[in-house]
Amino acid sequence: MGFITDRKRAAGLGSAKTGTEHHWHMMVTSVALLPLVLMFILSFGAILGSPYSEVIAYYQRPFPAMIAILTMLVGFNHFAHGARSTIEDYTGGLTRKGLIIGVNCLSYSAAAFAIFAIVRIAL
Amino acid sequence: MVQLTLPKNSRMTVGKTWPKPEGATNLRKVQIYRWNPDDGKNPQLDTYFVDMDTCGPMVLDVLIKIKNETDPTLTFRRSCREGICGSCAMMIDGVNTLACIYGLDEIKGDVKIYPLPHMPVIKDLIPDLTHFYAQHASIMPWLETKTNRPAKEWKQSIEDRKKLDGLYECVMCASCSTSCPSYWWNSDRYLGPAALLHAYRWIIDSRDEATGERLDDLEDPFKLYRCHTIMNCAKTCPKGLNPAKAIAHIKGMMVERVV
Repeated sequence: MGFITDRKRAAGLGSAKTGTEHHWHMMVTSVALLPLVLMFILSFGAILGSPYSEVIAYYQRPFPAMIAILTMLVGFNHFAHGARSTIEDYTGGLTRKGLIIGVNCLSYSAAAFAIFAIVRIAL
Repeated sequence: MVQLTLPKNSRMTVGKTWPKPEGATNLRKVQIYRWNPDDGKNPQLDTYFVDMDTCGPMVLDVLIKIKNETDPTLTFRRSCREGICGSCAMMIDGVNTLACIYGLDEIKGDVKIYPLPHMPVIKDLIPDLTHFYAQHASIMPWLETKTNRPAKEWKQSIEDRKKLDGLYECVMCASCSTSCPSYWWNSDRYLGPAALLHAYRWIIDSRDEATGERLDDLEDPFKLYRCHTIMNCAKTCPKGLNPAKAIAHIKGMMVERVV
């Protein structure tokens, strides 16, 4: 602990002057996901269990494909930011930094794979 | 950082069972956390039996009766006995509250009393609140002005004064902060509900002229944004205040500045 005052310990390194953008981003993506997830479930549910050729034809239409792409894009972006908060809550030091890098790699890779697959079907 | 198991020297052991008072018919079993820094032992849960026919109705009455009549080594803080000083905050029946205003009739079964959770213990029911108080001091809990001091007083309208209701009543008992999981895991950086409630009390004070600086100081992923609206603070506050709402207002003001 060392001989530092209680006030210095409480002040730490001071304010990072950041965090509001992250907070606002989470709010915006949460609101965006409300209709997106609903529309994705409805559009995906409508074709679930259909023959392969019908599913391909369905996702070649612009609306279902765009809904799916937006849901993946916004969903994984929201996940990356949310997971960062959780990691910050429960871990510290180098583990924290490593996990944040890892969860970003995982989220954006998953988004890229999902979007590539939808685009490939759609085009 | 999260800590899911207690360190070896903090694990509870079975304590002493004190004899029942002679001739008493209306007995209540009370179990109390005991830890003495001088004996090198782990904390233990001592069992006492209190004659309710000769005891007051509050949990603090039980503690005072035990200290006076059974075990003078039992250590706890108390002062006003009416919920104003905030000294006797402890975890009673799983709830962080003030022993002086928590009635025994609210507890079903045995009475279990522990110190406020996740704080270093000084002795028995006394937690070390040094860091908690330093965090409170860090939010500058006083009026900050830049305008020359007026000849009489800093005036405030009745409407602006009403905005402080539900905020100024906080007695800094630490029940809220010590009930917050975010504060448990990151109290070194997260200010906690009590300090943030006080911060908001000064941010919205119409007489204060340091609103921007106060918000600047709070804008931090840990100082402020560790609050995830868990609401334990509002649920446990013995004064019926809502720190989570105050924190939500601070976040709203932060967003106002950037959007």
